[in-house]
Amino acid sequence: MSSTFAPGAKTEEDNLLVKSPEKLAELESYIDSLPLSENPDRNRGFLIQSLHKAQEIFTYLPGCVQQYVADKLKLHRSEVYGVISFYSFFTDQPVGRHKINVCTGTACFVRGANKILDEFKRYLNIKEGETTPDGKFSLGALRCVGACSLAPVVMLNDKVYGNVTTKMVPEIINDCED
Amino acid sequence: MTINSAEALKEHVAKLKSAAAPETKILVSMGTCGIAAGTTPVLEAINKYIEEKNLQNAFEVVEVGCMGLCHSEPSIEVINTVSGNSIIYGDVSEVQVQAIIDAGADEIARGTKTVERTWYYPEKEENTTNAIQAKVVLKNSGRINPEVLDDYLVNDGYGALAKALCEMKPQEVVDEIIASGLRGRGGGGFPTGKKWQFAAAQKTDEKFMICNADEGDPGAFMDRAVLEGDPHSVLEAMAIGGYAVGAHTGVIYIRAEYPLAIKRLRIAIEQAEKAGLLGKNIFGSGFDFNIELKYGAGAFVCGEETALIHSIEGMRGEPTFKPPFPAVQGLWKKPTIVNNVETYANIGAIIRKGANWFKTIGTAGSPGTKVFALAGKINKVGLVEVPMGTKLKDMIYTLGDGIVDGKKFKAVQTGGPSGGCITASMIETEIDYESLKALGSMMGSGGMIVMDEDDCMVNVAKFFLEFTLDESCGKCTPCRIGNKRLFEMLEEICDGRGTMETLDKLKSLSMTIKDTALCGLGQTSPNPVLSTIKNFEDEYLAHINEQRCPAGVCTSLISYQINDKCVGCTLCARNCPVNCISGEKKQLHEIDQSKCIKCGVCFQACKFHAIDKI
Amino acid sequence: MINLTINNMPVQVTEGATILEAANKLGIKIPTLCHTRLDCFNVEHRSGSCRICVVEVQGRPNLAPSCCTPAMEGMIVKTNSIRAINARRTMLDLLLSDHPKDCLTCEKNLNCQLQALAHELDLHHVLYKGEQSTYNKDLSSRSIVRDLDKCIMCRRCETACNTVQTVGVLSGVKRGFEAVVAPADLRPLSESQCVFCGQCVLACPVGALTEMSYKYDVWKAINDETKTVVVQTAPAVRIAIGEEFDMEPGSIATGKMVTALKMMGFDKVFDTDFAADLTIMEETTELIERVTKNENLPILTSCCPGWVKFLEHQFPELIYMPSSAKSPQQMFGAITKSFYAEKMGLKREDIIVVSVMPCLAKKYEASREEFSTDGNPDVDIVISTRELADMIKEAGIIFDRLEDSQYDSPLGESTGAAVIFGATGGVLEAALRTAADWIAQKDIKEIDFEAVRGLEGIKEATVNVAGIELKAAVCSGLGNARALLERIQRGEAQYHAIEIMACPGGCLNGGGQPYIHGDTTILEKRLKAIYQDDQNATIRKSHENPSIKALYEEYLGKPGSHKAHELLHTGYTPRKCW
Ligand SMILES: Cc1cc2nc3c(=O)[nH]c(=O)nc-3n(C[C@H](O)[C@H](O)[C@H](O)COP(=O)(O)O)c2cc1C
Ligand code: SF4
Ligand code: SF4
Ligand code: SF4
Ligand code: SF4
Ligand code: SF4
Ligand code: SF4
Ligand code: SF4
Ligand code: SF4
Ligand code: FES
Ligand code: FES
Ligand code: FES
Repeated sequence: MSSTFAPGAKTEEDNLLVKSPEKLAELESYIDSLPLSENPDRNRGFLIQSLHKAQEIFTYLPGCVQQYVADKLKLHRSEVYGVISFYSFFTDQPVGRHKINVCTGTACFVRGANKILDEFKRYLNIKEGETTPDGKFSLGALRCVGACSLAPVVMLNDKVYGNVTTKMVPEIINDCED
Repeated sequence: MTINSAEALKEHVAKLKSAAAPETKILVSMGTCGIAAGTTPVLEAINKYIEEKNLQNAFEVVEVGCMGLCHSEPSIEVINTVSGNSIIYGDVSEVQVQAIIDAGADEIARGTKTVERTWYYPEKEENTTNAIQAKVVLKNSGRINPEVLDDYLVNDGYGALAKALCEMKPQEVVDEIIASGLRGRGGGGFPTGKKWQFAAAQKTDEKFMICNADEGDPGAFMDRAVLEGDPHSVLEAMAIGGYAVGAHTGVIYIRAEYPLAIKRLRIAIEQAEKAGLLGKNIFGSGFDFNIELKYGAGAFVCGEETALIHSIEGMRGEPTFKPPFPAVQGLWKKPTIVNNVETYANIGAIIRKGANWFKTIGTAGSPGTKVFALAGKINKVGLVEVPMGTKLKDMIYTLGDGIVDGKKFKAVQTGGPSGGCITASMIETEIDYESLKALGSMMGSGGMIVMDEDDCMVNVAKFFLEFTLDESCGKCTPCRIGNKRLFEMLEEICDGRGTMETLDKLKSLSMTIKDTALCGLGQTSPNPVLSTIKNFEDEYLAHINEQRCPAGVCTSLISYQINDKCVGCTLCARNCPVNCISGEKKQLHEIDQSKCIKCGVCFQACKFHAIDKI
Repeated sequence: MINLTINNMPVQVTEGATILEAANKLGIKIPTLCHTRLDCFNVEHRSGSCRICVVEVQGRPNLAPSCCTPAMEGMIVKTNSIRAINARRTMLDLLLSDHPKDCLTCEKNLNCQLQALAHELDLHHVLYKGEQSTYNKDLSSRSIVRDLDKCIMCRRCETACNTVQTVGVLSGVKRGFEAVVAPADLRPLSESQCVFCGQCVLACPVGALTEMSYKYDVWKAINDETKTVVVQTAPAVRIAIGEEFDMEPGSIATGKMVTALKMMGFDKVFDTDFAADLTIMEETTELIERVTKNENLPILTSCCPGWVKFLEHQFPELIYMPSSAKSPQQMFGAITKSFYAEKMGLKREDIIVVSVMPCLAKKYEASREEFSTDGNPDVDIVISTRELADMIKEAGIIFDRLEDSQYDSPLGESTGAAVIFGATGGVLEAALRTAADWIAQKDIKEIDFEAVRGLEGIKEATVNVAGIELKAAVCSGLGNARALLERIQRGEAQYHAIEIMACPGGCLNGGGQPYIHGDTTILEKRLKAIYQDDQNATIRKSHENPSIKALYEEYLGKPGSHKAHELLHTGYTPRKCW
């Protein structure tokens, strides 16, 4: 175990690989199932799907997980970070237990998505891309989930709320038990 | 079951056709919007009722992909397979299910809303109705169960692949596509056949077919509908393309935001492999073709083909300059075809019916159909597929049923953040690649966002630039810094700080960015600015010279004030999110302007028109 | 051949040539910023990202970046149309709108390509204003300062670090206006596997990457009456420093440099070349021992701290391979603070050793823990060639008018074998000269091992050293080193000895050398100068250096002795790749 434990886990919280051997095993078996050896020059092509998997398992991508993926695919850690920081889907920060995403795509925009987003910001007292101090909610904006007919649209975790009004904001928040 | 020859396919289809089926079919729309709007409980109710009443032999329930009727989801269609009668119900609720099933396909159930069918299928029938829509790309979507291979096969599925592999030489396939005049539906409109020809001419050991399913343009969801509703059509077309250009690997790059489409593609690939329709020696022709899925991770620029290729290669999605074009040097430096989902969805029909048939649809320069996603302030939001050359007016007023709440139509944005707006005066335009370009917009992927009198066009331009800023890869100077400056200038104007000099700078910087940016994103990002300045200059001038936002949107330039119609009902005060309205019951209320966040809640709440937006 | 017209003049170029190259052929300079090429190493950075080089091509809807647009048959190009000129100025204007414009106090003042461009394009007014990106300055390392507020996103450093050196510290991070180049997690360089070769500093056209400066510390030391301040100058400094004073590249300025150092007030002006000779004594002893015993082969040179750190991070399993001999800089420090201190009756704390190096990694090397005793480092301060030049200028010394002076004795005496340390292949050649004599036990006259000279990245030679066939390889640039080491790991290549230098071309192209701005002919001239200096030397073999002989006789005993090991050898530590 310790040989696969990647360096760079600076804080206790960051040290996910050590704390969750079963999660690591899941990631490992996923990456090992990829046809990596067929053409090692093309291993890099598996990076993004490996990161998707890793984020699915760990909910975010702390340094040590990035390092682990980098080592497995024989990439530099900086390249992995470069990729993670490029794609808005990936995050290296812990996320809230409930993810609220307000669609700010064009259709939702013309139907007042910004007001909805502002209301969430005000209500949760956090900015876009942040998580409430209690770790319960993260607030984000995304661009079109393809449900434009229901604009404005809010996604709470995997659930789509359509035709949202500012009034519904507290209701949506109250829908989250934990 | 494996289908290892063209004959085997024919036999299999014949068997499927002759198999006994219940007389009545109920199609339930199970696309993303349908599900979001609540089709799942309706489906459950239908199944439950059929089971309860033991009607399994009379009714077949088919979970289909998108029918394009977003405005009326949950929607279902009841079809009598013998008489051909069909009824489409919209806004179906669980309680209506019994009545609908009881009524069958020949009679409209009471207490329901029906939706008129506006489309025809040019591959099957003449345009007998006066329907505006022609379904080529979406011919199966909303009609078959996308998760059942036989449903696809029985509708000519994989027939085109069989024809190409067994009856045509690769060059003949390329020639047919060239002859059809099919142009890329991903935005640029580049002739697909020509692109294939380039790749076919390359002599290398390896080539790739990529399907661009990134669909990052917000407000566009046609590719999603195809993938959710008819995934096999894309697989089949990729294999045909692979055969034509000499590629044996296909890659579908799909955005991670489309989980349902991903799921259905996975199922489809697995089914096709199992049936021998993908893999080694397809139809005994000796041609091998495999397809893998790669996922996006939230970057609009990855729709650009070179960025997409980098993303598949596991890198940051930064575009590179062309030439070399991907058809010459693409994925892993090998010749690569990148085509859009909708482009692929046309291929099967062209091979089956021929280039000449295809050219009978649409205009001379842009043959075929185009799928548009109507969204925004329009009554019938949804997907429509119309022959190229259809008038904008027909789309907005006939198919889209006009503007919400009877407001005034102001503009429609086509081409998303890369496009421009078309105004009321251009409503007679017959839409195709050339005409849109001439209007300073572009086809783009086919999103149409309709805006009404309440939309401030300066603010709309600012919105699009904000999008571009967020999505710029940051590689080149004009887009990384130039768009930031454009955005800041628009902010100034929206805040009432703009001057005529700002407007001049806005225009000239926009032109330079278009002229110098590295990729399509930057080259088109100033389009919304330029086109709103061109068409709505008066709005800009009102912001600049009068510090006034004519549409009443820009918050710095508006305020809410209570007039003497106020009866003191306190409703506004109770609704104000920041509690800045004071006043005794039955007394004139007052807004503390220093605290008001201009959310407009009070304005909407007041039933006495006692609040003015100034 | 392709025919095209640029600014009304016909020109013919080979297929694949860019518009930029075609224009150059006509004597037209198109300004560039992100584009760069190092011809002698076959490196080209063509990101096409700055858009400064745009030109108008007839029939093309938008402007074309000339650095990456291939010339096409019949093309009609205008490089100076008003449209192109305006676009170019707008690009510059935009870059400056997101730039601190601190030229007066900037490390790269007068060496900056952005500044030069503003001058060239005659820009006197910045039209666009707005938010500027701000980052924390990275002052974490001994070697390199990163001030990303000045970064223009040309990505040249990435090519240097990732493609050429394959160290892989730097990557583009984030996107859009926030995009910048940084190590993973935006960490400081000191926490990365950066080897401080400084190739990125050479690549950076602006002041975003510069060296950590110790000029003031040197002035302070010189002015400290209680200290004896000793300076050593590395082999590659003398053949490059003249460039800073507009002398012809390739001028050998040893004498003037020594004069300048004396004028500046150093108590003793010594030569790292002396320590280079010493290195050869120790390393050759080890080489011969390993070859005769046929164990632990190949032996790798260890005088380049950039390369050593690279090995520690990226090939920890091979750390038994390098020679245990310290680098010349550190040998010099160790001998100065022991032998020389004793000789002069000084305590080590009383002596301050200043190094003038072509190198930024040497700054880091001097700070490695194993190179100090009780917290007192063997080498106290390291400055680069550029810093020395700055100090000379600051002191008001008119360099090119100086008379020559001689190094002080005894640590100033050296041989031709030492001076070639400054070029790739030099260390190996110097070792071979000594090895040949020692194995044959006679004074061999054929000492020019031409096969290991030159700027190519990997050179191989089988040399007959007094009857023994030695398979040797020389490699410069860490990308080449990686390729070679991987071949060795896979068992595809076998050598007795390998010289590795981190910088492409060796120290003559070190991270601390005067900027060449892409003109690689300068490197070729430096190379020539080094071998010229070797030819000019009366003694050309390290073991014949009389001061070295005396040092062994008086103090160290024999090469490889216990005392020599204590002072002149070291060990290596595996490090994490992060
Ligand atoms: C910023 C940008 C985003 C794009 N996004 C998409 C997209 O989401 N889907 C798509 O098919 N094409 C997109 N394109 C166009 C592609 O680069 C490419 O031209 C297209 O996939 C080619 O397919 P086609 O010839 O079938 O249209 C985009 C282009 C740019 C510049
Ligand atoms: S135009 Fe924008 S998205 Fe395209 S390469 Fe330049 S910075 Fe990236
Ligand atoms: S606009 Fe919003 S914040 Fe202002 S008074 Fe009305 S409700 Fe309150
Ligand atoms: S809602 Fe209208 S009428 Fe009622 S208190 Fe407010 S302003 Fe007055
Ligand atoms: S980097 Fe160049 S332009 Fe910028 S402040 Fe320094 S010298 Fe001036
Ligand atoms: S050029 Fe201008 S800013 Fe620079 S030193 Fe001279 S006067 Fe001052
Ligand atoms: S000094 Fe060398 S290793 Fe460090 S970042 Fe620069 S190029 Fe890379
Ligand atoms: S740090 Fe220097 S070399 Fe690197 S991208 Fe920025 S400006 Fe270019
Ligand atoms: S090659 Fe020379 S200049 Fe470069 S890092 Fe090594 S010692 Fe320093
Ligand atoms: S714009 Fe919000 S779902 Fe499409
Ligand atoms: S119902 Fe299919 S996309 Fe909306
Ligand atoms: S020099 Fe050509 S784009 Fe930068």
